[in-house]
Amino acid sequence: MEKIVIGNHIRRLRFDHNEMTQQELADKVGVTRQTIVAIEKGKYSPSLELAFRIALTFGLPLEAVFFVEESNG
Amino acid sequence: MSYQERRSLVNLISIILITAVYSAYMIQRYPAGSAYSPEVFHFWGAFFLILIPVSVVARIIIYIIFHIINAIATREEEPPITDERDKLVELKASQNSLYVFAVGFILAMVALVVGMPPAAMFIILICSGVASEMVGDISQFYFYRRGF
Repeated sequence: MEKIVIGNHIRRLRFDHNEMTQQELADKVGVTRQTIVAIEKGKYSPSLELAFRIALTFGLPLEAVFFVEESNG
Repeated sequence: MSYQERRSLVNLISIILITAVYSAYMIQRYPAGSAYSPEVFHFWGAFFLILIPVSVVARIIIYIIFHIINAIATREEEPPITDERDKLVELKASQNSLYVFAVGFILAMVALVVGMPPAAMFIILICSGVASEMVGDISQFYFYRRGF
């Protein structure tokens, strides 16, 4: 099965939403700041529930926040 | 380095320190005589039973000291919640830790089967216990540092 790498636009979206800090986003979606840092750096792929929470926080559909960066066979 | 990474390193160092100091103290009380005498079994039973509370108390003290030093040095508080990533890291680290202990347990049984003295089995069990704790802490550090 192909392994996919999930990218995201969280850093840009935070900036577009009144320069929201990582801590503010973390508080809104109920995780630690370190988890937001890890997601932004692509070190952690969030659960579907958390991904939806982040997307809802920005008022966007899931695919506007997360995308498939690359896939390896 | 994040709070979780520092905590993993402190746990790793503390398990090495506690086991080394405790073993160095207890080994002086190892009973003389036959390797199969009741005193030897009594010694190893006491070794394990005393190690548990000593380890718990020592870890609590080390954790309090770490918490104070960390707060002073970095002004960073412990994360107030354990989120899904923390739980996943803990789960993966526990899995690695369990694998190591399982291998150690099998080796300890092999030692008995091939006729080694009971002390060998107990020493292998202790070593595998320590190794499994270390692997758990190293795994946590790795997963927090490198992601997964």
